[in-house]
Amino acid sequence: MFLELFEYKFFINASLAAVLTAISCGITGTYIVSKRIVFISGGITHASFGGIGIGYFFGFNPIVGAMIFSVLSALGIEFMSKKTDVREDSVIAILWSLGMAVGVIFIFLTPGYSANLMSFLFGNILTVSTMNLYLLSGLTLIIITIFWVMFKSILYVAFDEQFARTAGLPVTFINYLMITLVALTIVLSIRVAGIILVISMLTIPQTIANIFTKNFKKIIYLSIITGFVGSFAGLFFSYFFNIPSGATIIFLLIVLFILAKSFKSIQTSLRLKNQIKAKA
Amino acid sequence: MDKIIELKNIVAGYEDEVILNNVNLTVFQNDFIGVIGPNGGGKTTLVKVIIGLLRPVSGDIIFHTTEDTGKSGKLIGYLPQINKTDNKFPISVKDVVLSGLADSKNVFRKTNKAEKEKVLEILAGSGIAHLANKNIGELSGGQLQRVFLCRAIIADPKLLILDEPNTYVDNQFESDLYKTLQILNRRMAIMIISHDVGTITYFVKTIACVNRGLHYHASNIISQEQLAAYNCPIQIIAHGDIPHTILKQHQH
Repeated sequence: MFLELFEYKFFINASLAAVLTAISCGITGTYIVSKRIVFISGGITHASFGGIGIGYFFGFNPIVGAMIFSVLSALGIEFMSKKTDVREDSVIAILWSLGMAVGVIFIFLTPGYSANLMSFLFGNILTVSTMNLYLLSGLTLIIITIFWVMFKSILYVAFDEQFARTAGLPVTFINYLMITLVALTIVLSIRVAGIILVISMLTIPQTIANIFTKNFKKIIYLSIITGFVGSFAGLFFSYFFNIPSGATIIFLLIVLFILAKSFKSIQTSLRLKNQIKAKA
Repeated sequence: MDKIIELKNIVAGYEDEVILNNVNLTVFQNDFIGVIGPNGGGKTTLVKVIIGLLRPVSGDIIFHTTEDTGKSGKLIGYLPQINKTDNKFPISVKDVVLSGLADSKNVFRKTNKAEKEKVLEILAGSGIAHLANKNIGELSGGQLQRVFLCRAIIADPKLLILDEPNTYVDNQFESDLYKTLQILNRRMAIMIISHDVGTITYFVKTIACVNRGLHYHASNIISQEQLAAYNCPIQIIAHGDIPHTILKQHQH
């Protein structure tokens, strides 16, 4: 029964999506969490809803609309918070709600009920389209390449922007490039976890990884593994129990987080006890 | 003596407020300049102009690069104020020091063996080789400052700029730092910003008083009267029995 599932195309697609999002979210998520820009990612995610609404209304692929909206809002947040005196978190809130507002208006104006809308809000890994998979593969390849060739520069800029600037690194370019990758990762992962939950794909695996390692690269590798375990297990649960995949994945990731955290604290207290014993 | 940097008629500020007006300063090889002045007087603005973080409204900065700076690539090393970075950021001591070798030419380049060895060498020189693989979050304030100092000097700059290096660190670090700086001064010019005028005047060779303008004082001995004449309303904290007065807050 388990292996039979792989005879279905939808299941193969879903598994591929799980692998690809685990990789792309694992890498960009580590950047987001390390740089403490989780809230920016939340803003980008919700802003992309505007593009989905416009896509529905004008009858083109909502994902394309979401890509345009999320990249523009990502660049807008980066630009406005650096070049104007508007506070960064206010800019995020404004673009966050602007995107949602545009989305709501256009979806309201679109005649008929859009059944697919729910899958954008909450995700459905079992309905990932081949087109979405191609895009996701392309993006994952781009992210791996960029992090491969300029890993140190990305790390230095994320850690200490001011010093990186004095060293002559192209800080502004790297920041815009990174935030664009983050925006694209978010949009292409919406299919898996949905607008409302996708943020956790970029933060929970990293938080789990960070319990065991403080090394940027190792956080990436461990997040990819955790993200994949969570998505794949979520995929099975959601299929067999017929419950929404996005929510199942997130729920499993949080269970993993609690297990990891408990394991670590038991381990630490045991080590402490042994040390005390050794001294006595 | 060789000039390293010349500031000519620099006017700089933020938005509509001019912070530095008509500043002239020449830094020579082996200079050891203490930059003092009241808060908001423009000390940090001056540093930002020199290291290229702030474009001046008018005036010229001339960088005298020589052949040997061309090799190491760096003219200025910079130690920022502590607490400007995130202690929880997942980065190792080694990588932080390595970032001191980053420049516009090696955005895509991988670190080579010589660079890795140089990092270990410079950490050993500061007596913190054992911290190389630690994460920065595991360090004390003083250790972190030592790491940042390694980052600032790893590229052998001609001029080392330190922005209030003695805030938030232990006394041990402070006295070590001044000793280290005196050794470093043999091969590079140093500019140190400090609010602790009394202490730094023992170590520096000359003093620059920054309060909207810049007054250069070609000696490390400065009296309260001279400070007043330079429009620099700060107090000298007496170390020893120097008679001193506390000036009234200066109004503009």
